Amino acid sequence: MTERVKQLRKHSIGAVNRLDHERALLVTEFYRDHVDKDDPVPVQRALCLKYILANKELWFDKGELIVGERGPAPKATSTYPEINLHSPEDLDILNSRPKVSFKVDGETRRIYGDVVIPFWQGNTNRDKLMAQMTAEWKRAYNAGVFTEFQEQRAPGHTVLGRKPWEKGMNDLIRECRNALKAYEREGATLFREEIGQIRAMEIAAGAITDYAGRYAAMLEKLAESEADGLLREELLMLAAICRRVPANAPQTFHEALQHYWFIHLGVITELNPWDSFNPGRLDQHLIPFFEKGEEDGTLNEAIAKELLQCLWIKFNNHPAPPKMGVTAEESSTYTDFALINLGGVKEDGSDGVNRMTGIILDVIREMRLLQPGSMIQVSKKNPDILIHRALDIIRSGFGQPSIFNTDAIIQELLRQGKSIEDARNGGASGCVEAGAFGTEAYILTGYFNLVKILELALNNGFDRRTQTQAGPETGDPRKFGSFEELLDAFAAQLDYFANLKIEGNRKIEKLFCNNLPAPFLSLLTDDCISKGKDYNCGGARYNTSYIQGVGLGSITDCLTALRFHVYDRQTISMSKMLAALEADFKDHENLWEELLFTTPKYGNDDDYADKHATQVFNIFFGAVDGKPCYRGGKHHINLLPTTCHIYFGRVTGAMPDGRKSGAPLSEGISPVQGADTKGPTAVLKSASKIDHIKTGGTLLNQKFTPSFFDDSESYEKLTALVRSWFRLDGHHIQFNVVSADTLREAQKNPAEYRDLIVRVAGYSDYFNDLGEDLQNEIILRTEQGQ
Amino acid sequence: MPDTIPKGLIFDIRRYSVHDGPGIRTTVFFKGCPLRCSWCHNPEGILPEEQLITRTRSIDGRKRFFKETVGEWWSPAEVFDIVLKDRVFYEESGGGVTFSGGEPLMQPEFLNKMLLLCKKEGVHTAIDTSGHAPAHVFARAAKNTGMLLYDLKTTDNTIHKSFTGRSNDLTLKNLRSIDKTGPAVIIRIPVIPGFNSGFDGMSDLCRFLTRLKAKLKRVDLLPWHGMGYEKYRNLGMTPPTSQGNAVDNEHLDGLLELFAKSGFNVKKGG
Repeated sequence: MTERVKQLRKHSIGAVNRLDHERALLVTEFYRDHVDKDDPVPVQRALCLKYILANKELWFDKGELIVGERGPAPKATSTYPEINLHSPEDLDILNSRPKVSFKVDGETRRIYGDVVIPFWQGNTNRDKLMAQMTAEWKRAYNAGVFTEFQEQRAPGHTVLGRKPWEKGMNDLIRECRNALKAYEREGATLFREEIGQIRAMEIAAGAITDYAGRYAAMLEKLAESEADGLLREELLMLAAICRRVPANAPQTFHEALQHYWFIHLGVITELNPWDSFNPGRLDQHLIPFFEKGEEDGTLNEAIAKELLQCLWIKFNNHPAPPKMGVTAEESSTYTDFALINLGGVKEDGSDGVNRMTGIILDVIREMRLLQPGSMIQVSKKNPDILIHRALDIIRSGFGQPSIFNTDAIIQELLRQGKSIEDARNGGASGCVEAGAFGTEAYILTGYFNLVKILELALNNGFDRRTQTQAGPETGDPRKFGSFEELLDAFAAQLDYFANLKIEGNRKIEKLFCNNLPAPFLSLLTDDCISKGKDYNCGGARYNTSYIQGVGLGSITDCLTALRFHVYDRQTISMSKMLAALEADFKDHENLWEELLFTTPKYGNDDDYADKHATQVFNIFFGAVDGKPCYRGGKHHINLLPTTCHIYFGRVTGAMPDGRKSGAPLSEGISPVQGADTKGPTAVLKSASKIDHIKTGGTLLNQKFTPSFFDDSESYEKLTALVRSWFRLDGHHIQFNVVSADTLREAQKNPAEYRDLIVRVAGYSDYFNDLGEDLQNEIILRTEQGQ
Repeated sequence: MPDTIPKGLIFDIRRYSVHDGPGIRTTVFFKGCPLRCSWCHNPEGILPEEQLITRTRSIDGRKRFFKETVGEWWSPAEVFDIVLKDRVFYEESGGGVTFSGGEPLMQPEFLNKMLLLCKKEGVHTAIDTSGHAPAHVFARAAKNTGMLLYDLKTTDNTIHKSFTGRSNDLTLKNLRSIDKTGPAVIIRIPVIPGFNSGFDGMSDLCRFLTRLKAKLKRVDLLPWHGMGYEKYRNLGMTPPTSQGNAVDNEHLDGLLELFAKSGFNVKKGG
């Protein structure tokens, strides 16, 4: 790491996360003083972006090689009052919450109180959205059956394709004008909407170019007063880059990175799309610039690395916009889930690993920053060395990069109707979500609480926590004669909630289409320009809405326990089970122990338990997949929780898997914490029994101690584990390397760590099974190894 | 004729076993062993009979004790069903199944049946053995397995007897009987302070190995870390009295060098 990068990294890590009023104030000023209500809505939005970019403060940190911040300074985080409005109480909570806080100063409070809140109160998109939801939707939402992504953020989850790396804003403006002419020829009144939309895109393209121009002017001015000749030269070089990009297509490696960063800022300033924004297949996009630079002698690996590291710092300077309301208390991460994709295959299906792949992996290893996130795509065509290099970083306990199955992602995208080329150009973004990069608007709409739905089925649709009839009356389970009847009741509940959610999604998508189009994002996404349609209105080539199922492990264990004890062995009656659940297992300790320890569990490659995972999967898939969304595409499913399994657990009572009321659900498609006792291959076999290809992403975490990474042979074995999992069509795996602290935690709470295997001496054993002295020794060893 | 199918007494089947031979393996632990090694960390493998063990589970912070049977009679088909579950992992990693123990050669019919089942389905096999078995039993197993993980402790019979309770005659003789046409062999030497960790004894072992005709793939030195003895107590067995010190790292490096100098592919752990 160069001295420059060290300094910048230090500044980035040291910067305090704070909520900043700049954007909120400028948006308010625009809508109060400057908007022309007769303009089409997309034009209003584009002019709003232009107003922000023309008036916001510019930030420059000495030594930066990539310039531009969304806020007036690093980690000064923008808000989006047109979407959701922070109340004075929200600002207090954000300021004072112990974890993931955002400091709010007196001036921001004053501006919020005097200007922002009075203007937007009752008139945000969230207000409009909630007003449109039915009583049934709200009951389910309040009961914790599902969440709503677009309640606080705009639809997003967007990843850049190749186009913007090859084109400048001037090229896109030309495209807009050509499209405009074509529509005007066809009839200006008939295509009024398309024409308005394209005009808006053109304005947005100009807005970002002007913003870059402001930077150029500032840098030139700084250069004038710079005494040091070398520094002056550097400032002038940066200014020249800002004069060229993003107006023109980038010609050099440095220009390409700055070009991308301006585009990134445009997208996240226009709106707050979910999962910020993402350059996607960075090694693919950058390799031509790298090779060209090397050829003409202007670039080498060291320079490329330093430039990339400067870009990494920019990502890290931008926390996810803070939430409001109840979620302000719960949201627990600064990360905005930009996921850099490496490896995979090229458009023609050949091995996509190139020299940039390795350089970027080096950057990830050296930087060790929270953002951006990173992953490798592994196809059967990629060499093992790709996995080995990823393991090098993973073993340090960093939690990155995660590993994805390119061949599965391609099949998933093909099943959804993408062309083979668009599928190969795709990857995963956010946590694990598959998408066709640059051509798809794939919108996550909300998490879906599979365990809560069973709880409602066990209570005839009644939610004890909110004391409401949240679901339909599907019968008193005490009267069910068979497991199949119970499963039918669960399926009926799930179907009801899926329809409720989908109906809500359609209204919300329409709301965004009409009120909050995203002309800048549309510029970058094929085929918005030629269709004259916004990203939020179905302008993308492909349009998908996802519902993310949460708690597969928990629901599987719940159904397994019911089948095992109530129906197959008939040792516990349904009445007794329900009484135990209602009492949260108080005074039912023997039953509780039986449920926890002597009941088959998902994650052990036991078909008796695992078949319930398949059943739940098929019911969920059947209720959601293929149902139309508002933007002309379809709904599909994902299985991932981010951190929602904690919130969903909090609103779900005690369940037959032995989980107590309020405890977290299982995460992703991983087994319930500690329920898997047969090692990683059994977990992978269990998790492979659902059909990953029918999803748009699943998430699997696997814990290892550092000792499983200690020589080349262990690398070979972990690589084989990954390859096998991918042969079974697994979508994703993340290795979490367990720290000494985790082992200490396991010593205290052994029940939650029954799955933890450690290497003892030439052999491995379950950590729980070891005597305390040996456990202590392993803790010591783990500490030394890290 | 189901009655003639030999059943095996098995005390554990462990998947994703990565230290018992090449690749990702499933290790099947046979119950019963002729030796009584004083450093044994698998006491549940010693007695050739079902045993009750006391286990604890922690629930709500309270410890609950319960009894569990260690050792269960399995048919070859039942074991093979479990073995096949991880076939994809064996194929990707060059792994397979390892029969360990206890001493697998103490249940020769069952072992042989397992070896033949694996051979037929193309699943790679390894036997983790002390070699303490009659020559004909050993020869048949060696013929039908892909690999031997051969546990060798010392060439000195007196020392061997005093720390394992048995002579090393069979162990040495059986190992010498394998030639180039036999299975690949990995020698595994536990390095136990106070028993065999000295340079002289190890030099003797090294010389013994140089005279073998077998395909020696590797020599693994397994340093003894000083084991907990809870397992003995939980099984109601008396733990061995000698509880020596862990191996000194520098000394171990010296031993590794000794084997390397004699031309062996030697590795710590394994």
